[in-house]
Amino acid sequence: MKEFGRYAMFMGTLFVRRETFATYYKLTLEEAIQIGIKSAAMIGMVAFFMGAVTTVQIAGNLVSPFVPRFVISQVVREMTILELAPTIIAIIFAGKVGSSMAGGIGTMRITEQIDALEVMGINSSSYLVLPKIVASMLTYPMLVILSGVCALAGGYLVGTMTGIVTPTEYITGIRYAFNPTMITFALTKSFVFAFLIASVSSFKGYYTQGGALEVGISTTSAVTNSIIAVLIADYLLAELFFE
Amino acid sequence: MIKINHISKSFAGKAILNDVGNEFEKGKCNLIIGSSGTGKSVLLKCIVGLVQPDTGNVYYDLRNFTEADKEMKAEIRREIGMLFQGGALFDSKNVEQNVMFPLNILTKMPYGEKLDRVNFCLKRVGLEAASKKMPSEISGGMKKRVGIARAIVNNPNYLFCDEPNSGLDPQTSVLIDELILEITQEYDITTVVVTHDMNSVMGIGEKIMFLYKGSKLWEGSSDHIVNSGVKELDDFVFANKVMRTMKSSE
Repeated sequence: MKEFGRYAMFMGTLFVRRETFATYYKLTLEEAIQIGIKSAAMIGMVAFFMGAVTTVQIAGNLVSPFVPRFVISQVVREMTILELAPTIIAIIFAGKVGSSMAGGIGTMRITEQIDALEVMGINSSSYLVLPKIVASMLTYPMLVILSGVCALAGGYLVGTMTGIVTPTEYITGIRYAFNPTMITFALTKSFVFAFLIASVSSFKGYYTQGGALEVGISTTSAVTNSIIAVLIADYLLAELFFE
Repeated sequence: MIKINHISKSFAGKAILNDVGNEFEKGKCNLIIGSSGTGKSVLLKCIVGLVQPDTGNVYYDLRNFTEADKEMKAEIRREIGMLFQGGALFDSKNVEQNVMFPLNILTKMPYGEKLDRVNFCLKRVGLEAASKKMPSEISGGMKKRVGIARAIVNNPNYLFCDEPNSGLDPQTSVLIDELILEITQEYDITTVVVTHDMNSVMGIGEKIMFLYKGSKLWEGSSDHIVNSGVKELDDFVFANKVMRTMKSSE
């Protein structure tokens, strides 16, 4: 609870003594490139194989001749939109981006770069963390959309090339009984997860004390804590949405 | 001039600073000296506002910094330049961008004017040729000089240096000391240097304050430090072999 209180107070400091809008705009763009564009290839590749593997495994489990083959891609679609794209990718995002944020800010802390900002009269938490949170919340939903497309493409390629489903069956399954609110739900989750990963990781990095060993500890802690936060939020959002 | 009154600070119940008071004079190199762990860096952090003292006040030319509102603090901070122990250069920015950073944040100067000022400061510390290098590509001594250039780029009235010679060879240390002294006298600013390097003490110690176990035990100049008559200060000063030899030859 004490740690949660510190986190809440830390979040409060992001919105006081801010710099000019132009400063944040530039920093946010830089972060968006770092967080979003530089993660796109890896996330696309992971999602592609997730879609491919999901297709193969669902096909392997659907042994009843009474179940039409297009159900395979329908299940892949539901799994991708509801969990694989927003949640599993969030775990990968926490590992890649969250660790980088905590490590970067932690190193700035132990090398007195944060003190240097404070001496100049800059609110270091706001200057360093706010652009990361905003950039994450802007780019992560795009990464989720990208991962969804890649996962469905992976399923399509593997499914059709191995003869599990025909292209027509796959497309039929993708379109069958489609509920667009699932996209809204997935994007809502992606905004929440992006906020949690960026803020928890930055918080852990910002309060690093000591040396290189402690930066490592903060980084590990940032990844584990943000994953836990994502999973709890995932459950709470599911309860809210499906109630 | 900077004046500190009754500064005390504790961490987790352990007293680090006890009722420390002093005046740091304008146009002089004011040194805070003492063994490791005596609270020198904590005192410096209290003075610049990185640490809030438990008791006491810090005055910048009669302006109470400790009890100032946000606007006043921001105004005073614009007049402060600080050189950190490790340089504290921003890893993601090159030398030129590091030095320009305070101007970007604190002023509305046009880019050309900022660049002129940055080049002037880099030339002043002898690093005009390294302006496009990243911090990882330059030596420790160069990092300190970039740190000094960044500290003076905004024409500060107060310059703080936290152990400017740590990790440097004796020759580079002397260069850094001379640079700090020259800048202090040239711009007539109040400079506060935290050090435990006796070469610095003897070279640039115009006004020295000796901290011992969190308390001020002595103050004076480098001319009087060897004859202070304070046992704890003698132990500190003559721990240095050169100083011992010098004393025995007198």
